[in-house]
This record gives sequence, structure tokens and C-alpha cells, in this order.
Amino acid sequence: MTSTPVAVEIRSISKQFILRHSRSIKEAVVWLAQGRRKDLSNRFHALKDITLDIAQGETVALLGLNGSGKSTLLKHISGVMTPDEGTVRTRGRVAGLIEVGAGFHPDLSGRDNVFLNGAILGMTEQQLKERFESIVEFAEIEQFIDTEVKFYSSGMYLRLAFSVAVHSDPEVFLVDEILAVGDEPFQRKCLEKIGELVDAGQTLVVVSHDLELVQRVCRRGIVLEHGNVVFDGDVSEAVSVVRSR
Amino acid sequence: MSTTTEAPLVRPGVGRGLADVFRDRYLLRLLVGKELKIRYRGSALGLLWSYVKPGVQFVVFYIAMGKFLQLEKATENYAVYLFSGIVLVNFFGEALSNGARSIVYNAGLIKKIYLPREMFPVASVWVSGVHFIPQVAVLLVGCFVAGWRPDWISLLAAVGGFLIIAMFALGLALLFSAINVFFRDVENIVDLLLMVATWASPVMYKWDMVQKVVGDFWFTVYQINPLTVAVELFHRAFWAPTTPGDFSVYSPPNLLTLWLPFGLVISAAVLLLGQLTFRRVEHRFAQEL
Repeated sequence: MTSTPVAVEIRSISKQFILRHSRSIKEAVVWLAQGRRKDLSNRFHALKDITLDIAQGETVALLGLNGSGKSTLLKHISGVMTPDEGTVRTRGRVAGLIEVGAGFHPDLSGRDNVFLNGAILGMTEQQLKERFESIVEFAEIEQFIDTEVKFYSSGMYLRLAFSVAVHSDPEVFLVDEILAVGDEPFQRKCLEKIGELVDAGQTLVVVSHDLELVQRVCRRGIVLEHGNVVFDGDVSEAVSVVRSR
Repeated sequence: MSTTTEAPLVRPGVGRGLADVFRDRYLLRLLVGKELKIRYRGSALGLLWSYVKPGVQFVVFYIAMGKFLQLEKATENYAVYLFSGIVLVNFFGEALSNGARSIVYNAGLIKKIYLPREMFPVASVWVSGVHFIPQVAVLLVGCFVAGWRPDWISLLAAVGGFLIIAMFALGLALLFSAINVFFRDVENIVDLLLMVATWASPVMYKWDMVQKVVGDFWFTVYQINPLTVAVELFHRAFWAPTTPGDFSVYSPPNLLTLWLPFGLVISAAVLLLGQLTFRRVEHRFAQEL
């Protein structure tokens, strides 16, 4: 082992998706009655025997075309999915922005949503109370904080969601395609904030199609193709690998 | 491994089930609070509706069933009798139908962020428990009007009946919410079950009517249903003490000594079964939803 401890350890994980056609008991019974003739489902390999380590403080970009398995890999790191084979192990709290405002409820006020979303991302009551001011300030929505979120513009919504996530301060911060949205000034602000976190030793795993942006944020790039790792190394080389495909 | 790290390496997405839910009570509280807020959003009376609805229901029972149908003649304080069973069935029905839908309903979250997924069925049952309180309040008013003289056994029976239903509903909610991910038929099965539930326990009629018709063996089978035990416990707690004279004769034999512990054991077993099934399949939720 090197001097920096691993934050994420992935050992030969594979994941198969079953594309089930049937959604009802009726069809399943018919299928059984017919002697299970044709396979009820299609299988599809999303990840094939992937092994990698991410050290603490590393900034990693998962790159690849649509359907290459990068989001699936991210979901395995977050624990949303578990592998069919192999193991994933992480150190400390893993959280982040997997989708803008997952867990936001349109009928609740911004304030209620901050607490609910923060708790979903693993913050304690104490932490949320301490950071609430800072979350609202970063999102720049002080005057609307008690308005229901359904009346927010998409920009306000995004800013609040990003702000909660960035304040959740997990050991491993995951970001899936969030930076593509938002206006220029806010995007810059987000990047600055992420830069601060990285300087403070935050482990970062990003999934993005925005190759320019990824090069600014991350140092290491991992390129996936059809569920395999085809490149793992310096981010600018990774970007050129993706571009050449 | 390095010595500078605090936390050990753990496998993400592998939890300890219900234990995790109760470790993260803060999130559970927020989820319950969210449901309660959403329920009465934009309504002027708000939570008051939770009192108005059962209150009106009780008055309707009293007039239509008690007076018009004259069921009061056979069963003293029939409205109290009926209502003490109905509140339990309402609690069970709301807990189970919302609980069974909770995983599919929260698909957006479950597919994106890991949190103990038992959180959602537990929150549904909890919310139903909160809505149960105003119904019991209305029931208590009815009881006092009818001349309720509770004893300490009333308290025991009420708590026991509530616990039986809470565990039973949570166990079934875990079971059905997990299966519902794979077969959406479950929602219809649950609706059907709930329709049967009202009639498969002595809510509208009396237990001895069942015994007379089906005989002792099938009556025992009938009593294995935790709903039956819980409803009888509620009758013992709320209705029986409003009747004059010795009211212990109204309960089925061995209600407190045998059936109360038995109902608790059955409900605990269902809870265990629900939790085990849930844990067996929960790792596939994110990809199936």
C-alpha cells in the first residue's frame, strides 16, 4: 500500500442487468405453464470484471460514451447498486449529487427541503443546523427560502440542490452530470467550491460528458467502454482516448 | 493499511435493515414530517380534518347503524363497538396500502441515493400511526359519552392491540413493498386483502356469531388472524367497559392470557418474514424500478 489510504476499493466487480419484459404475475404464470420455454428476460453486461482503487484526495473522472457503464459504476460506489460478483468497499460517508434535487419535494419549502435533502445525504441534525445559513447563502436564495420549491426557477432549484450537496461534506463526493446545467457565473462558483474541497483533500468522483470541464476539475481519468476499463491514467490522455473513439 | 484513517472500509449499500432505520431517527422524523405536511397542503383546516372525518363517521354510524338499523338492540352501544374496530382496521389499511406502495413511490430517490430502504415502509406505518391518534381521540369521546369505566386491563388491551397491528402492518408492508417492485399486481392484491380484512375480523358483527356458524375448529383458525385478536382487544379496552354489569363475558375465552401473547408472536413472525424477504431482494431495487 502507498502512504495515502484508499477511499474506494473495487475488486473485480461484474454487473448484469436483466431486461425483464414481463411486469405482471399473469405473464409469469403463463411463462411457467408453457414450461419456461423462452427466456423471460434479456441479459446485458453493464460492468465486466472491474478492479480499481481510488486513494483519498484523488480526483477521478469516469469517462465514456453513453451506455459504457460509468453511471452504473458510480452507483456501485454510492451503494445504490451492489455487484453480482466482486466487492466494493468504501471508507467513510459517500454522498453527492447524483441527480439534481433527487429527494426534493416540490410542495415543501426550500427550508424543509434543505433539511430533508441534507438528512438524506447523511448529515446530522446538528450539522444541518450549523450549516443552514451557509447553505442558503451559497445558493443565493435567502428571500425565497420559505417559498415552496415548485415555484422556484430551474436555476434556483439547481443552486439549492448543489449547495446542500456541497455542504454535506462526505469523505467521498460523487458528482453525476450536475455541472452541465446552471448559468455561467453559478457554474464558475460551483467549480471554485469544488476546487476548494479538492484542495482540502476531498476525494472526488465525477461522471461527465463535458470533457473540457472534467480536465479542469480532475487529475485522473478512467475511460469505460461496454463495461470494461479501457484506459486509466492522466485525465488529459483519458480525454484524448475518448475523443478518438 | 495506513494508520492515519479513522473509518474502516465498508461495503456500501449493505445495511442492517430495520436497525439502520432506528439509528437514523432524524431522517425518519423528517420523512414522516414531510408526509404529514403534504397531506394537508393548501387546506385551511389542515390537521383538523383528521378529527372531522372520523367524527362524522362516528355520528353516521350512531344514527344509521345504531338507530335506523336498530343494531343497538342486539349490541349495546353499537356505535362504540363498531368504531373501536373500525379505527384499528383504518390504521391497518392505511399503513399497509401506503407501505406497500412506498418503495415504488420513492423510486426516484432509491435509484439515485443509498439510504436504508426500510425507511420508506417504516415512515408510511409511522404516518398512519399519527393519523390513528385523532381517531382514538374521537373514539374516547364516544366512550365517555356512553359511560366508559375503564380498568387497567383496558389499557393493557389497547396497547397490546395497537402493537399487534403495528407489527403486523409493518411486516406485511415490508413484504409487499419489496414484491411490488417486481410485480405491480401487489397493489391490487393489497386492496383486495384490505377489503376482506374488514369482514374477516369481528368489526361489524360479534365473534360468537362466527363460532356458532363455523364451529370451534374454524373459529380457532379465525382467531389466528392477528386482526381478530387486535379488534377483540380494542373491544375489551373501549367498548366492553361502556356496558353495564360484568363485561368480561363479552370477550372470547382466553383473550388476554392466550390470544394476546399469541397475536404478538404471530405479528412478530410476520415482521421477521417481511424483513427477511425485503433484505433478500432489496439489492435489486435500483435496477428493477
